[in-house]
Amino acid sequence: MRMYYGAVVMPVSESLKRTPLYSAHVALGAKMVPFGGWEMPVYYSSIMEEHHAVRQRVGLFDISHMGEFIISGPQAELKLNQLLTNDIRRCALGQAQYSLLCNDDSGIIDDLIVYRLNADKFLLVVNASNIAGDLAWFRARLDVEDHSGATAALALQGPDAAQLLGIRIPHFHIGSFNVFGVECRAARTGYTGEDGFELLCHAGDAARLWTELLARGAQPCGLGARDTLRMEMCYPLHGQDITTATTPLEAGLGRFVALDKPDFIGRAALLAQQARGLTRKLAAFKMIEKAPPPRPHYPLFAGNRRIGEVTSGAPSPSLGIGIGMGYVEADAAAPGTPIGVQIRDRMFAAVIETKPFWKKKK
Amino acid sequence: MSIPNNLRYTKTHEWVRVEGNTAVVGITDHAQQELTDIVYVEPPHAGDNVEAGHQCAVVESVKAASDIYAPVSGEVIAANTELASSPELVNQDAYGHGWLFKVKMSDPPQVDELLTPDEYANHIGE
Repeated sequence: MRMYYGAVVMPVSESLKRTPLYSAHVALGAKMVPFGGWEMPVYYSSIMEEHHAVRQRVGLFDISHMGEFIISGPQAELKLNQLLTNDIRRCALGQAQYSLLCNDDSGIIDDLIVYRLNADKFLLVVNASNIAGDLAWFRARLDVEDHSGATAALALQGPDAAQLLGIRIPHFHIGSFNVFGVECRAARTGYTGEDGFELLCHAGDAARLWTELLARGAQPCGLGARDTLRMEMCYPLHGQDITTATTPLEAGLGRFVALDKPDFIGRAALLAQQARGLTRKLAAFKMIEKAPPPRPHYPLFAGNRRIGEVTSGAPSPSLGIGIGMGYVEADAAAPGTPIGVQIRDRMFAAVIETKPFWKKKK
Repeated sequence: MSIPNNLRYTKTHEWVRVEGNTAVVGITDHAQQELTDIVYVEPPHAGDNVEAGHQCAVVESVKAASDIYAPVSGEVIAANTELASSPELVNQDAYGHGWLFKVKMSDPPQVDELLTPDEYANHIGE
């Protein structure tokens, strides 16, 4: 037996970084794997079980690998707004905003969440594998403090998260709280499609916060469930669904691009692409017959015509069938379009679906 | 970790049970625990010829697709058809109802080259 992750053999790296919770994961019997340069838990018990725990109750993820930057000063808003696609002026005090960092060609360098902590102070939470690249990009253009190493982050996600935590904070907002004795910034955000919180604390307090939350009934969940949960929501993963070779418009992220605001890096290329029209779009699809799970890089077809390839795919624990996303030719991207997924040497039937696959229970 | 005494093993985590000239093949308890959540099994077809050490089946879990290697050479005479509707049998009963396929061995002494239960236990660090 030889395991593959997607169509790629798992890379073995000698110099993986570890979060402050590494020994807590090992003590819980986690299966550790390399992810974005970090040694992270992929699951503790099973991906399926952890996925359902988040959909039905409450799960706890270590997301300390993610990066945290602070950008402040009287010019912070103006300068950040020249680098990010969304209009940061619309992000009120204490509010969160999803945004994209693009290059001149409008390729996506990273996707991130901006939090406005003060009139002129912003917290950016970025993807682990992009910390170094983002820092270099920002530092060439403005002053940025990197707090990634000193900061731990836990995501408490699921319908029971608010009750467990007992703090009041509006959706997509951030505030400072003492959570079971640990000073945190708590944001009502997440990557699962459920209600939930992302808690940032000092790295030295992470193990205590982790233990407190588990003791109150949260189930430890690994990156495997995080991946299937975000796929059911069609949230893109940078490095797979969005990269410097794809643009926000192709990825269907146009609502996070403020083309009407003053100039920002990538705007000219995005306006030109909008004027030309899109040739390909990131579409979501669902298998409609018993099939192996779709995985990254599997080819997608409309009849005999190759129209693109899978960027993310998995068996959906909530739907009980394979789901995925991939860039397809624009005329094959409409929901309801029948497509084929080539898996090894066979073709399996699928259909383009409206995003997302999962809608939170009210 | 269960490693039954009456089976032989490969370094790639397949097991073999010899019944006359037939080898029943599956994946080990250790392998199913590593994979967890098996959602799809693609065994070889009856009539296929498989060669020892060569890829001949695929087992898919939520996270990964895994190639399965034939422990011995010969002709596939049966595949476990129950796995099409119940792939989780591989998780629940790796050495029993979770068997993958049966091979009519073309070279039965190949079995003697496979790992003994003790050697396999050492291999996985038990």
